[in-house]
Amino acid sequence: MLISDLPVLQVVIPLAAAPVCLLLRNPRHAWACALIASWLVLAIALMLVQRVHAVGTLSYAIGAWVAPWGIEYRIDMAGALMVLVVAIIGALVMPFARRSIEHEILEKCTGLFYTCYLLCLCGLLGMVVTGDAFNLFVFLEISSLSSYVLISLGSRRRALTAAYQYLIMGTIGATFILIGVGLLYMMTGTLNMVDLSQRLPEVANTRTIMAAFAFVTVGVSIKLALFPLHQWLPNAYTDAPSVVSAFIAATATKVGVYVLLRFFFTVFGMQFSFDAMHVGEILMLLAVAGILIASLVAVFQDNVKRMLAYSSVAQIGYIILGISMASAAGVSAGMIHLFNHAMIKGALFLAIGCIFLRLGSAELRDMHGLARHMPWTMAAFVAGGLSLIGIPLTSGFISKWYLASAALSGGYWPLVVLILASSLIGLIYMWRVVEVAYFHVPGTMMHKVREAPAVMLIPTWLLIGINLYVGMDASLITDITRQGAEILIGEALQ
Amino acid sequence: MSPELTVLACVALPLLAPALITALHRWPNPRETATLLTSGCLFLLVYSLHDDVLRGSRPAIDLAEPLPGLKIGFEVEPLGMLFALLASFLWIVTSVYSIGYLRSHHEWRQTSYYSYFAVALGSAMGIAFAGNMFTLFVFYELLTLSTYPLVTHAGDDNAREGGRMYLGYLLGTSIILLLLALVWTWSLTGTLDFRAGGILEGVVTPGVAGILLVLYIFGIGKAAVMPFHLWLPAAMVAPTPVSALLHAVAVVKAGVFTVLKVVIYIFGIDFLANIPVTQWLMYVAAATILLAAIVALRQDNLKLRLAWSTISQLSYIVMCALLVTPLGIVGGGMHIVMHGFAKITLFFCAGAILTATHKTRISELNGIGRHMPWTMAAFTVGALSMIGIPPTAGFISKWYILLGAIETREAVAAGVIIMSTLLNAAYFLPIVYVAFFRTPNDTLESMPGHNTRDTDGEAPPLVVLALTVTAAGTLALFFLPDLPLDLMLQLSGGSP
Repeated sequence: MLISDLPVLQVVIPLAAAPVCLLLRNPRHAWACALIASWLVLAIALMLVQRVHAVGTLSYAIGAWVAPWGIEYRIDMAGALMVLVVAIIGALVMPFARRSIEHEILEKCTGLFYTCYLLCLCGLLGMVVTGDAFNLFVFLEISSLSSYVLISLGSRRRALTAAYQYLIMGTIGATFILIGVGLLYMMTGTLNMVDLSQRLPEVANTRTIMAAFAFVTVGVSIKLALFPLHQWLPNAYTDAPSVVSAFIAATATKVGVYVLLRFFFTVFGMQFSFDAMHVGEILMLLAVAGILIASLVAVFQDNVKRMLAYSSVAQIGYIILGISMASAAGVSAGMIHLFNHAMIKGALFLAIGCIFLRLGSAELRDMHGLARHMPWTMAAFVAGGLSLIGIPLTSGFISKWYLASAALSGGYWPLVVLILASSLIGLIYMWRVVEVAYFHVPGTMMHKVREAPAVMLIPTWLLIGINLYVGMDASLITDITRQGAEILIGEALQ
Repeated sequence: MSPELTVLACVALPLLAPALITALHRWPNPRETATLLTSGCLFLLVYSLHDDVLRGSRPAIDLAEPLPGLKIGFEVEPLGMLFALLASFLWIVTSVYSIGYLRSHHEWRQTSYYSYFAVALGSAMGIAFAGNMFTLFVFYELLTLSTYPLVTHAGDDNAREGGRMYLGYLLGTSIILLLLALVWTWSLTGTLDFRAGGILEGVVTPGVAGILLVLYIFGIGKAAVMPFHLWLPAAMVAPTPVSALLHAVAVVKAGVFTVLKVVIYIFGIDFLANIPVTQWLMYVAAATILLAAIVALRQDNLKLRLAWSTISQLSYIVMCALLVTPLGIVGGGMHIVMHGFAKITLFFCAGAILTATHKTRISELNGIGRHMPWTMAAFTVGALSMIGIPPTAGFISKWYILLGAIETREAVAAGVIIMSTLLNAAYFLPIVYVAFFRTPNDTLESMPGHNTRDTDGEAPPLVVLALTVTAAGTLALFFLPDLPLDLMLQLSGGSP
């Protein structure tokens, strides 16, 4: 009985644990509660992946109301991968969080922090597992609202502005999605995604459906920070508490990409999305612009968190680029990079979190000679950076390889060169940090700086370890993404 | 130990050595013993494979499979054997030299120096024994990254600038051009294995093969074919032993070794002979030989002159490869060894002069042969070998290169070899001349504050020992070239 309830437990556990955290007075207890919840989520995610691998797509009817009347939770291989990404990051940032949060957030807000963190986790997981378009909007709002709070908890006053900016943009995005879903419901009378996909072809040529498609696409693109709708992201990532930056950077935008995939391939169908609406060409153009412009902007940032934020915009470009090719190879490459980038960025932001704990700053000018005082943290940062650039034996290389092969087999010549050449821009902005930390003479303030505590270093290095493992043996991830892409494309072709 | 395990040990031993070296951080003498032991063991391991390879066996072992169909695997063949023997032997000598050099300069971060050195050698072994192009690429990049801390060892602004050039050129070319060539080859053929006769013949048109060849030759930035050569002079900010081993042997020779591997095992020389682009690229290499030699003429800094000379000499090997004839391949392989011994001797001498007299410029070397007879005698041997005068090793390889050029009736190649020989003489012989026949510039030594005691006599004994060994090797290879020659002849499958 418990096994078949896994899809819903995934969402219910963090949802139930969230108010408990608020009630617990002691920050330590709240932390322990969140820790246990996030680890349970990881355990369930692993079981889910295994089950989807064994028996195929899982379907779960909430309250035993059968779809399309009730809400259906539906997990296929692509969804299982996403659940895994969110759960891994969620479980690894929690042990890291305690020291970091004690340092960055007022004690009276700590309970609130863990509550919002669990709600955000719940929302992100819910968006992935749900098979219902309206339910997806609900979870989107849960995750968004909680992440506005999480960002506003940042130690500097600018965090409030950043959160407000994100709130405005996020609300526009969510409203667009809601309008799109409303239009779909109006035309088809259903909200279940599978049901929608069967009824849509009859009415596909109406202007209403086209408008719905446009609203959903733009709305989700804001959430996933597709260039040029990324304006909220750099401030949000820069001013949020370190743990939040790591968690949101690694998961929120990725779930956005997944939602886009779901709408394009499952709900609207590949023919409608890519042949009738030409979304492939538009996405490809925006992805290329995003990769180039955001990478170049990253080179000129003096705050390392902001630099990583712009790098994230560029990396989302890579993921979207893979999807825009609308081939099994391209989608699969995009999903591989989605997983890899989540692990890379998670690790990099955690490393910056370690630095922030000791320096109280993420400005480049404060990091002179840092490598002598925090060798393990900087080594993790360099390893993550190499992975971002795409050096062989790191996961970034696997992404680059698959993206370049997909572009080659699709005949997109200039894209191959772009994919490879833009990784050199990555080299430039990562190496600015390396040179400052390794070559500059430490300032006088540096003497007090010590290596970060083990509880923070271990999660960072675990993520680096995942990167290196995938670089050595990517078969696990490529298997999952291949199956996921085949299901998506297969559903779309039916 | 079975040959397969020995291959694995050859790569793993130097890659694991840093653990031991770092553990011995506090005790310099045991730490250096660890380096010497590792290098000695490595050479013995490599040498133990030599007989098997000569008998025609090809020990192979697969390690991992990061992507379906793309394996990290090793397979020993004659050319790789040759490169591995060269690099592992010269590592022993360089370690001896390093101890003398670093201690007399009181260099900082000696532990990390020896650690990265070992990793670099492990990467070179990985390149030498790579069983497919993917494995080679992995270790090629690892070599770039592991040598970066060595190049920037000094840690000052100059080192940082040089390091930027080094990393920018090597990673840039390898990611944009070489990786593109790899992905393309993979998508065309579905394999990146090294196969006799190549994997591309019959799969691609000569036009596409031409583009691929351009991508490979320029993508292998370590071979320093113009216009991707500027990293080499920039990397001279490294301590001299690093320049010596890495920029006369491991890094640059890894580059030309990769070129040879690509030409022989990815394209196949018969296939390449029918592609017009081959000849054009050969002219680019020929131009690099002459241009770099002319630039070398104008350098007053001894290390820089050696660096430019290296660029010129590397293109000899690239040109040999692109002659696409078995004799050219033999010539190229032999030149890897012969140039390696001679150039490392020259770098050792430059370092010895720096250690003993703190002089870096050629114009300051008047009469230095009287103070440092051993060093300058070794330098003379190295210089003669670079020119190709018997009885030095350089003669042997030049002989085969010329034979290859004549066999293919490439008048340009033959002409370039003769011209560059003259240029080599023009930029090396003056150094020998001023060192032995000019009277010392007394005004310099009597300058106030100048430590005259330092200018008397040789560099530390370990330094002199190392450069004497490589100079002797340069002479010995003229009389006993059998070991490299047998390997190369087995590769080309013919008699000279």
